[in-house]
Amino acid sequence: MGTNQNVLGLVFASIHDDKILDLTKYRTMGSVPFGGRYRLIDFPLSNFVNSGISQVGVITKRNYGSLLDHIGSGREWDLASKKGGLHLLPPFSHTSSTIYSGRLDALGNIWSFVEHAAAEYVVLSNCDVVTNIDFRPAIAAHIKSGAEITAIYAKGFYDHTAGTSATIFELDENGFVTDAAIDPPMTGECRLGLDMFVMSKDFLRKIVKESMSRNLFSLRRDILLSRTAKYKILGYEHQNYFSKIDSLADYFQANLDLLDSAKRNAIFTKAAPIYTNTKDNAPVHFGADAVIRNSLIADGCIIEGRVENCVLFRGVRIGKNTIVRDSIIMQGGTIGANGAIRNIIADRNVRISDDRQLTGSKGYPLFIGKGAEI
Amino acid sequence: MYIKKDVVAMLLAGGQGSRLYALTHDMAKPAVPFGGKYRLIDFPLSNCINSGIDTVGVLTQYQPLVLNDYIGNGQPWDLDKMNGGVHVLPPYQTSSGASWYEGTANAIYQNMGFIERYDPEYVVVLGGDHIYKMDYSKMIDFHKANHADLTIAVLDVPLSEASRLGIMTCDDTLRVIDFTEKPKEPKSTLASMGIYVFTWSKLRKYLIENENADTGSKDFGKDIIPAMLAAGERLFAYTFEGYWKDVGTLDSLWDANMDLLAESEQLDLYDKEWRIYSRHENLPPQYIGPAAKIQRSMISEGSVIDGESENSVIFGGVTIEEGAEVHYSIVMPGTVIKKGAVVKYAIVGENCIIEENARVGEQPENYPNRDEWSIAVVGHNITVSEGKSVAPKTILSESI
Repeated sequence: MGTNQNVLGLVFASIHDDKILDLTKYRTMGSVPFGGRYRLIDFPLSNFVNSGISQVGVITKRNYGSLLDHIGSGREWDLASKKGGLHLLPPFSHTSSTIYSGRLDALGNIWSFVEHAAAEYVVLSNCDVVTNIDFRPAIAAHIKSGAEITAIYAKGFYDHTAGTSATIFELDENGFVTDAAIDPPMTGECRLGLDMFVMSKDFLRKIVKESMSRNLFSLRRDILLSRTAKYKILGYEHQNYFSKIDSLADYFQANLDLLDSAKRNAIFTKAAPIYTNTKDNAPVHFGADAVIRNSLIADGCIIEGRVENCVLFRGVRIGKNTIVRDSIIMQGGTIGANGAIRNIIADRNVRISDDRQLTGSKGYPLFIGKGAEI
Repeated sequence: MYIKKDVVAMLLAGGQGSRLYALTHDMAKPAVPFGGKYRLIDFPLSNCINSGIDTVGVLTQYQPLVLNDYIGNGQPWDLDKMNGGVHVLPPYQTSSGASWYEGTANAIYQNMGFIERYDPEYVVVLGGDHIYKMDYSKMIDFHKANHADLTIAVLDVPLSEASRLGIMTCDDTLRVIDFTEKPKEPKSTLASMGIYVFTWSKLRKYLIENENADTGSKDFGKDIIPAMLAAGERLFAYTFEGYWKDVGTLDSLWDANMDLLAESEQLDLYDKEWRIYSRHENLPPQYIGPAAKIQRSMISEGSVIDGESENSVIFGGVTIEEGAEVHYSIVMPGTVIKKGAVVKYAIVGENCIIEENARVGEQPENYPNRDEWSIAVVGHNITVSEGKSVAPKTILSESI
């Protein structure tokens, strides 16, 4: 893994906070817990680092306390570095900045950081796509094609009626974008934008400055849609498994998808690991009467009951004779004895007493807020 | 420039651990994996930082590669400090020659320069092969209150075990009046745990005298403690109550792992107030498959279990395939147990492959020659080929 001194990675940690309000009440999108021991920002950060991008800016907006706690100096991602490394960019971190409304606006606010980064190219990513991607071939394709913007997409299924949001690209025979549409009234296979872009710093400077002078702030609406004909936009296909989190149901499914070996192995590879903060938990302790089926379990759990099709985060405790099925229990959750739980998402440190029965439905999981006692 | 430290800890990690046979062929004993995600050295290192001791010298000699790599800059234990922190101290060459560490006392003697940089009042000397949680600061307080020159942590052991340990006889105030290494007829059951608090000025004096006397052994138990006793120095015994296990033999290593699975948790690894830290690999959570059967086990990150694990300690990144069985065993990091393989009453080292339908170990009840029964051990990086068997009491150090 060579380092790519020439590329700056930028993560928008707070874009789409409104998509899963339950989970972003006390935190921002990037610090939403995922997959037993991760936070959503671990995926873009690890993808950058595994692509040799060793200078990264994290752009936040609000509720970023837990994000700061999580990232710290960036050491866990090997981004605690004198040269490059990790930079947190909250609002008001640069003079004359404001709370931003879109990505262009946000970039305008922190432009002095981007300007001073020793990089010719910039890769942008959000935190709402869980995948393992090597940006190096995308950067190479961008340079080779002479495109002004390279938009990374993946082939996937879009159902307009599900009420989720998507940017959908049409390409010409050379792979350039001929049309981009937000939430078109269609259902079927299409090219779904992953909100990851490659641009030269010079081009990004140009669109950021132009947009600011016209009071435009949305990268998607004001550049991709309005300027499809004006700019040369290359589509780059990402072929690995991905999941895009656009609703609580998406979030639920994206977690449960990790129970599928093929999908799990596509995300967690030895060559390109997903890095995260470590917590020094002991291994999982399974009691004499524990029964476990098809579940992903992080360290520090103590399990006495029955667990099926679940994702258990660190330090979860499941009591005797309790059955937990099709659920996601975040860090520190405690479920007492003789309970029956199905289709729930329990945020961090939820306490469920003995003899409780809680059931949500597959399409509409029951959400239990952080620290709730039931 | 160094800022003065009240306490410096010296951790003796150079031992070969020859009684662990294949498990210490290519790593020092303190680097041996324990308890699902730890290595033995995690216990003294974590005890140090949890006791407020942030300056630790680790004396290495035998096969230090794995251990050095593991300790690194000490960050996992919060021992990466601007002033102090963990320092690996291998033997070195001087203008007057080069020598290996000849004994425990000599190892400290050779590193007096390291200790003196911090100008400490007290030096704590620790072993690297014991499993326990202990607040050394309480022992140091005890040492100070007694105006002691040396305080030795002791454990009350059954009389039957006393003759293979260092045994202390004390007066009512716990002042040590006699110390005998491995006494044939023990006068007491207070055994040394190999944990010492010295007043540095005294230790320094006795180290130099011992070096000049050249006893040949240059050992704490054989030389320093008897010399201090003979000179009438103030030696005290600090009694420890709690879980403590010497894991210097294959049987005791297996026992100590099995203790973690007992209903009454003798060693609580889930206590947030006294965490045992370790260096982590970046592994996803463990996955337990639809056909898995797991009972009374400890399993760590990155493992994929589709088979059976009963009463076993399974480290990170282990695969147990569907139809494979592991009972009453320890499976170290990265090992793969393939379909139809059965592992019973065994220790399987790191990165081994137990091929399909192979068999490692046997439960004592099923073994015709009960007197000859013992756990089976497979060393590190070993393959047990399809259908092969590793009989109980075997210590396998090459692939079969």
